[in-house]
Amino acid sequence: MSEAEAFAGKVDAVSRDSHFTDDGKLAQPRDLAVPAPAQSPVESRAIFSGKLLPYVLLVPQLAISLVFFYWPAAQALWQSFLVQDAFGLSTEFVWFENYAELFTRPDYYHAVGVTFLFSGVVAFLSLSLALLLATMADRQIKAARVYRTLLIWPYAVAPAVASVLFIFMFQPGLGLFARALQASGLDWNPILNGAQALILVIIAAVWKQISYNFLFFLAGLQAIPKSVIEAAAIDGAKPWRRFWTVVFPLLSPTTFFLIVVNITYAFFDTLGIIDTATGGGPNKATETLVYKVFQDGRLGADLGGSAAQSVILMAIVITLTAIQFRYVERRVHY
Amino acid sequence: MASVVLNEVRKTYAGGFEAVKGVSFTVSDGGLCVLVGPSGCGKSTLLRMVAGLETVSSGDIRIGERRVNDLEPMARDIAMVFQNYALYPHMSVFDNMAYGLRNRGTPKPEIEKRVKEAARILELDALLERKPRQLSGGQRQRVAMGRAIVRKPAAFLFDEPLSNLDAKLRVQMRIEIRKLQRELKTTSIYVTHDQLEAMTLADRLVVMNGGHMEQVGTALDVFQNPASVFVAGFIGSPPMNFLAGEVDTQGRLRLPDGAFLAFDPKRGEAQVGRKVLAGLRPENVALRNGVEDGAAPRFRLELVEELGMGRLVHGKVGERPFTVAQGASDPPPSGYSLSIGIEPALVHLFDAASGLSLTSAAPRR
Repeated sequence: MSEAEAFAGKVDAVSRDSHFTDDGKLAQPRDLAVPAPAQSPVESRAIFSGKLLPYVLLVPQLAISLVFFYWPAAQALWQSFLVQDAFGLSTEFVWFENYAELFTRPDYYHAVGVTFLFSGVVAFLSLSLALLLATMADRQIKAARVYRTLLIWPYAVAPAVASVLFIFMFQPGLGLFARALQASGLDWNPILNGAQALILVIIAAVWKQISYNFLFFLAGLQAIPKSVIEAAAIDGAKPWRRFWTVVFPLLSPTTFFLIVVNITYAFFDTLGIIDTATGGGPNKATETLVYKVFQDGRLGADLGGSAAQSVILMAIVITLTAIQFRYVERRVHY
Repeated sequence: MASVVLNEVRKTYAGGFEAVKGVSFTVSDGGLCVLVGPSGCGKSTLLRMVAGLETVSSGDIRIGERRVNDLEPMARDIAMVFQNYALYPHMSVFDNMAYGLRNRGTPKPEIEKRVKEAARILELDALLERKPRQLSGGQRQRVAMGRAIVRKPAAFLFDEPLSNLDAKLRVQMRIEIRKLQRELKTTSIYVTHDQLEAMTLADRLVVMNGGHMEQVGTALDVFQNPASVFVAGFIGSPPMNFLAGEVDTQGRLRLPDGAFLAFDPKRGEAQVGRKVLAGLRPENVALRNGVEDGAAPRFRLELVEELGMGRLVHGKVGERPFTVAQGASDPPPSGYSLSIGIEPALVHLFDAASGLSLTSAAPRR
């Protein structure tokens, strides 16, 4: 290759290869005074022959999705079209009868209402409280490390255990908080009062999720360049305004991600909390869709109806997530 | 428009580390003062104290008539250009520049007018709707400048604003900043570790080292009369050469290898027997072929760097590295038997122990 070509940037594979001898070892540069341009060859990655490797590498992930998601989902879809007699002796294919029946039941609509109320409040509270805590942890305060560590701990608590903790604390007659509430003149009894039971599971679910959100918000806050905040301070923005005009918009990718995760959490993962704390009661006041699936399917042994419910639940979450991606993400900056 | 006055300003961190050890200087109204020094010398800390981003441990900072020590950054009437520009990534160029005005409740037509004017000066008219990520490094730098000038502050603070740009753009932006500052006549403090940038920009140069102020003066004054070995070695490129020696009875400098170097006896005090460092600027030194009588210091050639407009000849005198800068018309060195010569009046002398200049007319401060 001529010098002119080399100057024009025509450093191709051939010239790189020329630094190698036949056995693949790096050859000594002929002239020590001239620095060899490609002493560490760029093209040093391993190359496997054949087109099979990418698929082999994909198999574990595909297998997991297939076994734990697609297969059960397909099963649920299939079962939602079936009706079984009380003894499990015969099965009948009934098309959409299970769905049609579902929509005539008032308790189903009630569960839909409870779910949306519960999920909305849980997601909003756990996100805003976590953001508040993360903002405070982000400021340079003394013992910040201890504070952060303590805030992260609840995430390691199992949902059922978390639930038991709250049952104890809010147990009428026994619980610390319950007694405080009663002392303040409130007739606190979540075992009998549906609204109070709902508040109790919301508090437990929010408490459980705050650590997770806190971790992400804190990481998001720390990724914002300090100089941008300083520039805003010099630009005359007081802390409150600085937060809403600079910090919060820059945090929006994190917030968006967490909204999706939290909605999904409130819809599905709160089953353990509800089951332990209230069992859906009193009088179905805390029966969410996912709890109803569990209740009707496992305890009520109505497999077809339960399957139809879970298909609808899945559809709702998929739709919500799609809407979030389509509309909320547009407002997410960079 | 205001002057900026620093009086015995100190910064001590909670751990006891003293970053700034009593610095005093004045930036006159409309002047551009450059703080220069190696990294860790406290220059950025000092600038951040003027901005209000760091607290002042002791001493006074005045902007105009006001003592600003305890004022919030926003109340100090300053604008700052950051090293990484610190643009708001989610705002358009227009909003980036308008943000400071909006926060201060400037009326809308006035904001429009000022931003448009700044955009015209900085040639950003066509880019007002873009987001920072859609801009090149130089354009971002301009937006950061624009954000500072729309506010019409009492003082500009620049924190190494050019160090993220490539070499060519840096030279260009350096000239633009200088022009803009002359045009606007806004008092400015500019922090850099690049001595060339410092020389070319400064009305007044403050050389810092290890939290101390080594020297203050005009760029030319600092270059010609460095107050210490540190300043002499830091300002000028290639840096000054130093030779250790002792003043002998005939008023010459005797080098360890027995060679002699003549210096101007009128320049400062130089008692016999005093251990000194002689400072020789590479461009003041002449190379002579051959070793004449053993009196002139011998130069051992190691490498020649051809620059086109001249060349740098690297080698050693005694055990010390030594560089000679030759013009294009000087004959290139031939052979290895060389010696160096210099006008006695151009030799700087420094006390070997304290590092302070013995020849500089300028006081240390």
